[in-house]
Amino acid sequence: MSIEVSWERDDYSRVPYRLYHDPQVYAEEMARIFRGPTWNYLCLEAEIANPGDFRTVWIGDTPVVVSRATAAAGSAIHAFVNRCSHRGAQIVRKTHGNAQEHVCIYHRWCYRTDGELIGIPFRRGLKGEGGMPRDFDMAGASPRRLKVANVSGMLFGTFSDQSEPIEDYLGEFGMGMVRRFFHKPITILGYSRQLIRGNWKLYAENLRDTYHASLLHEFFVTYGVDRATQKGGVKMDARHRHNMNHAYTATDTQEDAKAAYAGTAGVKLDRMRLRDTKLLQHTPEFADRMNLAGPTFFPNCIIIQINHSMGTRQIRPKGVDGVEIFQTLFGFADDTPEMTRHRLLSANLVGPAGFVSMEDGEAIEIIQKSTLNEPEAANIIEMGGRGPITDLDHRVTETPVRGFWSYWAELMGVEAPGGVR
Amino acid sequence: MKVPDVIRHAASDLMAEYGLLIDEDRLEDWVELFAEDCDYKVVTRENVEQGLPNILIWCDNKDMLRDRIASYRDVNEYNLHWDRHIIGLPRFCGEAAGVWTLEASYSLFQTDLEGASRLFSAGRYRIEFRMDGEAARIKTATVIADTGLIPTLLASPI
Ligand code: FES
Ligand SMILES: [Fe+2]
Repeated sequence: MSIEVSWERDDYSRVPYRLYHDPQVYAEEMARIFRGPTWNYLCLEAEIANPGDFRTVWIGDTPVVVSRATAAAGSAIHAFVNRCSHRGAQIVRKTHGNAQEHVCIYHRWCYRTDGELIGIPFRRGLKGEGGMPRDFDMAGASPRRLKVANVSGMLFGTFSDQSEPIEDYLGEFGMGMVRRFFHKPITILGYSRQLIRGNWKLYAENLRDTYHASLLHEFFVTYGVDRATQKGGVKMDARHRHNMNHAYTATDTQEDAKAAYAGTAGVKLDRMRLRDTKLLQHTPEFADRMNLAGPTFFPNCIIIQINHSMGTRQIRPKGVDGVEIFQTLFGFADDTPEMTRHRLLSANLVGPAGFVSMEDGEAIEIIQKSTLNEPEAANIIEMGGRGPITDLDHRVTETPVRGFWSYWAELMGVEAPGGVR
Repeated sequence: MKVPDVIRHAASDLMAEYGLLIDEDRLEDWVELFAEDCDYKVVTRENVEQGLPNILIWCDNKDMLRDRIASYRDVNEYNLHWDRHIIGLPRFCGEAAGVWTLEASYSLFQTDLEGASRLFSAGRYRIEFRMDGEAARIKTATVIADTGLIPTLLASPI
């Protein structure tokens, strides 16, 4: 099976709407991207701190168990497909927990905490009758495993043995950003989930579209959390598959911003004031003094910091026209109770009800809705320029979106002839 | 538990107003059901059961609640919809120093502007209120949503 795409431009500045709607494209993506030579964010090591701890996650449309093996099984971290080798039932049904072994409820096949199949009831039959054939290869029948990489406590997994080493995959910039966030022990503050009725790529693009940030998310501008006039920009890895939108605290003036946004319909700069401003209190806590950082890793992850709220998000495709955003909010283990309270109050900014994030759900759904009828029509991605894909020290750009498509096309085997990379 | 009739009636009026004011999009009036030192929080059952403190919405005083509503009115973009709350009978949990605690189940439907309805959220309220003259005023309202998988986004209050 393979798909065909006729790109109107070799710089991916035109993307046909079919790619958000075609079930065959979706099926191919699951195989070539999520089960292909990419590293996917699994979960955080802090979530499975003790031997026997596990969490169930989704990599593309594949259910996966991330498990810290029991001491007897070696205590290492493993990830395996959450599907019983016998008849395909889900092995682990909880979202998280601690177990000595995992037993499928249907016929009680038993799995070690590293995913190895170790028990089959009545394997030798009863009183010499029934049972599995003598030559049945139990070890060979274990569920498929992912290779796991642990970068400073952030766990990534890949299904392919063709994947680059994680250091090369994330690149210097990606590795550096993971280390920045996880430079000391963290604590998990909790989860949020959101189901958006749109294709997963609309969310992936949204994270690479810095153009929309201060326009759609008007709260940013109205209350001065983030404005395109602040010092900031977009960084990408060498292959332009990952990116980061970032900005530095208090690097513009109210006058700069007023001049820049003058006449932009719908942006009410400084028209309103918060009655209670503690939500916006920010004291730089990282050496780089960024108040906004969002390193986004192809294909399924972003680490997001807005002021003092920090979280990871796992992008979980749910069919061609749905995507779950699973967010894990965290703080640092040495946070004072006041800081924890402040991080939780700052969580008002992010997540499904976030002052500066709720809009994305709506923006994605209204694209999905209105693009179904004309599959060969295409969108326009030219903000920030055409042609080559490069880093920028401003944020009035959609160039990283073209970076996403160029790598997507490579993995899907449908690069434009002479396409930019 | 033994609850004086006047408290029961006030609580029942409070919950009726609570749901209908949101459903009628009279959010500024809804805010007035709260005391100045109120606390309004939306959390999910998934977090509560794990003992995790994450919030979806948290206003730890009435000004923050006013800010939420002002932002909803003038700043945020969201799915255009009508809300419809169905709130179950309250269960009284206790009283201490004039503050009564009750719990009630809710289901919240959202209907889009073309008339399609969906179940948006199911869960329970835990509400602490005290009497202010004839009426009950909310001191804390905690929405514990069973529906942790938020459909689309959460903008108008539950
Ligand atoms: S399906 Fe799991 S044991 Fe039969
Ligand atoms: Fe956004």
